[in-house]
Amino acid sequence: MSGEKKWRYAFFLGCVAPNRYPMIESSIRAVFDHLGAEILEMEGASCCPAPGVFRAFHIPTWLVIAARNLTIAEDLGVDVITGCNGCYGTLRDAWYELLHEPELKKMVNEHLAKVGRKFKGSIEPKHIVQALYQDMGLDYVKGFVKHKFKDLKVAVHYGCHILKPSDKRPWGGDYENPRFLDEIVEITGAKSIDYKDKFMCCGAGGAVRTAVKEVAADFSREKLVNIRDSGADIIIDCCPFCHLQLDLGQMEANNYYKDIIGEQFKVPVIYLTQLLGLSFGIDPNELGLIKNHELSGVSPFIPIDPFIEKIKEELL
Amino acid sequence: MSDNVEKYIKRKVYKKENSRIAQKFVDAGLEKIRSCINCGTCTGSCPSGRRTAYRTRSAIRKALTGDESVLQDIDIWLCTTCYYCYERCPRNIPVTDMIIKLRNIAVEEGFILDNHFTLANDIFYETGHGVPANGEGNKKWRDLRESYGLPPLPPTVHTHPEALKECQELMKSVGFRDLMDNVAEKKKQERAEQEKEEVKEK
Repeated sequence: MSGEKKWRYAFFLGCVAPNRYPMIESSIRAVFDHLGAEILEMEGASCCPAPGVFRAFHIPTWLVIAARNLTIAEDLGVDVITGCNGCYGTLRDAWYELLHEPELKKMVNEHLAKVGRKFKGSIEPKHIVQALYQDMGLDYVKGFVKHKFKDLKVAVHYGCHILKPSDKRPWGGDYENPRFLDEIVEITGAKSIDYKDKFMCCGAGGAVRTAVKEVAADFSREKLVNIRDSGADIIIDCCPFCHLQLDLGQMEANNYYKDIIGEQFKVPVIYLTQLLGLSFGIDPNELGLIKNHELSGVSPFIPIDPFIEKIKEELL
Repeated sequence: MSDNVEKYIKRKVYKKENSRIAQKFVDAGLEKIRSCINCGTCTGSCPSGRRTAYRTRSAIRKALTGDESVLQDIDIWLCTTCYYCYERCPRNIPVTDMIIKLRNIAVEEGFILDNHFTLANDIFYETGHGVPANGEGNKKWRDLRESYGLPPLPPTVHTHPEALKECQELMKSVGFRDLMDNVAEKKKQERAEQEKEEVKEK
């Protein structure tokens, strides 16, 4: 066996990936393993809690529960990775606030002490994209590419909280027009194409999806019109909640706005590590790309067959 | 920052009759918004305002003048927290964070949508997840996990009851349990008053 792995991370799952889009969880596990990174389980972790939802209800609760999640990784002694922009937003912002505001840290630790925990600030919360791009580096990841998808046009969706607030993110303050995610996508040979308002929000965040689903779906409608006009074959994202909104929300937009969108939307939504895994030659089953048709009413809601059909020959 | 600007920002502000809520705005650190020049960059950058009646500048203005009606508007719940207003504000006001603080005050005053209350009180507090996979109704999601070779439930609070208890203990300690109970009580009173009025109308 290979012995010590080069990188070790605590894997923060969150809610939407494990509980609604488990193909995202399994593809992250498969790709990180393939890249020589060891994934440690964060036993007993909870909701991050969601930054626009539970933070909007009660900031101290948000901070204390986020800090508790961080202490689970501190006990493991490794940095946290998450594949969700929302969890990243919470863990990173809470971590940042606790590192910079001693009063808050004191308050949080008074609560944590009651359950025998203490926030130390000894580890860093990272997005999986940050781990791929900054810890491993593009050249290293590129070395694993086996199949190139020369004919594939991709609409890259960053989502919001991977970029913003930019003063608490590791991208040098660039939130208006970054390229890092496009660069990762393009090592697979796929072409990231420009589309109007590429960096616009999917519409789900900030408790809006729960508040008024039609408003969230209208955000998605606007994005999907722009993506369709660009001629993209698929959407690639890096957040399970955006993924849910662009997949399930695509169905909702097709329903609520059928009179104004013309043809129904049917753009396959693929998570970053599903695409990467395919280009590495990982079994599509492990990447959650083969749907069990005995299950009904489960994700993905927009069929991904056109995507598989498109790249099938290049996988041989 | 020059002294007179500093003084201007910290000046006593005219308060409407309900100074209790205006004071809450100040206590929450919302006085940062006194440096707002009403340029409208926040509203212009807001993807929600393109399709709803939510106007960031207006919400900020109301908070600044102690106009408590901002707490009752559904508008502040239509912000997706995309952070464009925060990033682009020329006065460096953390606008999105201010909206979040307004929401905190709104909840405290009992202004929370039923869906949000259920999510916080019945789902998050009870399961430790915002989107759970346990319980009878979620069997299909556990089956889906298994179809991809994953255990039916993740190694989270879902499979660690002691961890869920710990989360609930923390939520009690930090005041979340009391907050939810107070909100439930306010919602109950509100419903009773509504019913009374309906009876009157008949």
